[in-house]
Amino acid sequence: MFAAVRHWLDERFDWDDLTAPLRHKTVPTHGLSYWYFLGGITLFLFGIQVATGILLLLYYRPGANEAFESVQYIMTRVQFGWLIRSIHSWSANLMIFTAFAHMFSVLFLKAYRKPRELTWVSGMLLLFLVLGFGFSGYLLPWNTLAFFATKVGTEITGQVPVIGKPVMIFLRGGQEVTGATLTRFFGFHVAVLPGLATTLLLLHLLLVQRLGISVPPKLEAQWNANPSAKREMQFFPNFLLREMMAWYVALGVLGVLAAIFPWNLGVKADPFVPAPAGIKPEWYFLFMFQTFKLIPSRVWFIDGEVLGVLAFGLVGLLWLLLPFFESDQPSNTKRWITGLAVFALAYVAGMSVYGHLAK
Amino acid sequence: MMPRNPPRPKERADSNSEQRFESGNTRRQWIGLFLGGGLLASFASFIYPVLRYLIPPPVADLGGDEIVAAKVKELKPNSAKIFRFGSRPGLLILNSDGSYRALSATCTHLGCTVQYRSDLREIWCACHNGIYDLNGRNVSGPPPRPLTVFDVHLRGDEIVVSRKREA
Repeated sequence: MFAAVRHWLDERFDWDDLTAPLRHKTVPTHGLSYWYFLGGITLFLFGIQVATGILLLLYYRPGANEAFESVQYIMTRVQFGWLIRSIHSWSANLMIFTAFAHMFSVLFLKAYRKPRELTWVSGMLLLFLVLGFGFSGYLLPWNTLAFFATKVGTEITGQVPVIGKPVMIFLRGGQEVTGATLTRFFGFHVAVLPGLATTLLLLHLLLVQRLGISVPPKLEAQWNANPSAKREMQFFPNFLLREMMAWYVALGVLGVLAAIFPWNLGVKADPFVPAPAGIKPEWYFLFMFQTFKLIPSRVWFIDGEVLGVLAFGLVGLLWLLLPFFESDQPSNTKRWITGLAVFALAYVAGMSVYGHLAK
Repeated sequence: MMPRNPPRPKERADSNSEQRFESGNTRRQWIGLFLGGGLLASFASFIYPVLRYLIPPPVADLGGDEIVAAKVKELKPNSAKIFRFGSRPGLLILNSDGSYRALSATCTHLGCTVQYRSDLREIWCACHNGIYDLNGRNVSGPPPRPLTVFDVHLRGDEIVVSRKREA
């Protein structure tokens, strides 16, 4: 049966030729091969987000008067609604974590080197989009925490010189965070960002497919000197089956987290109620939040907030362009980039823990 | 039947090696069965909550069996109004002789909301030109069944509509 369908397709579309790259694709096998799973796990979690997001759309209603109530309805009245929403929230957090882990693993394995600069750039843009998904999705239940997180987040955008203010008004749909902001964020979250992310994701995967999987520079030099030492595995089905085992584990972890720790709904947002004590952003924004808290209100002649925003903007831009500072030769990679990566990881992790513990 | 051990290499040459090879094959089949069955069961456990999620929760019908459809003097003779009866519309008609009549306003054909035609003194559905008489009987057009008729009585200046008691 299967063979007959394949033959039918092959006769018309040259199916075997189309799928040839998949059959010839290989994955290098070495001690650090496990790190190759992270991108695939992130992709899988993105798929979970799309599926559960569509399910939530069946009952969610955007709008200041209905959003909170509709999420409450999903959590209390719809059968397994609490599970679907909890999986969406947990999967979002895990996806951001695996995306960051994927970024750092690529950095440490130096997989961003020539010819894979654009794979890195598209991946970094995807990481920014993922943070945008997190930020916009956080507002949708329209609870107190979300309301103030959005207020602060968009206020920070407003600090950027010249373009900040108009961008803030564009994001908020007015001067203040209101129901108009919720409508916009809903549109960004379910239409604009998914469209951009899907396009970039296809480009990212196409580049990975076209350029093959990178090998760490030391190993690459060894394998180049002695080609018989080269070890590879077929992508299909050998690597894919292993990857799917990782997906299965990720699904199990998600189910356990969602069932044991269902996501809170909180209290409905009210613009005329003071911000609750101990309010903090989600963990993935915590390192920036903590940095802002540590910068003095005035440094020399610049406003502290403005300095922080400009510094993070500059670092983000340099991070995006990092591969272009790297050497073309695998035997001669720049050590300062590795040093910078270690520092960045330590800074992000340290500041996140500090921000979590700080009062 | 439990799967038996696979054949050891030195036993391969035995006269009954064929049978032992087959028992190794059953072992593979057992493993395949457990693996496939486990995967299928876990897949079912993922799909089941999703299928249940797709079913919308029942909406509580807050209408009860009785409702105040209108006030006396609200309607002129030979006119009608649509009122809410639970989650569905009802039609209250004041005839020229001063008697009230209440019916379900949902057409029995394809569910459109019907209206009172004062020029014809009939109930008319605009969607497919279905016509009912004032007793709710389907007299022409596609409607297959008559409209449900409700009881009407006055309580002070309120016109109360209630479902007919099952005899």
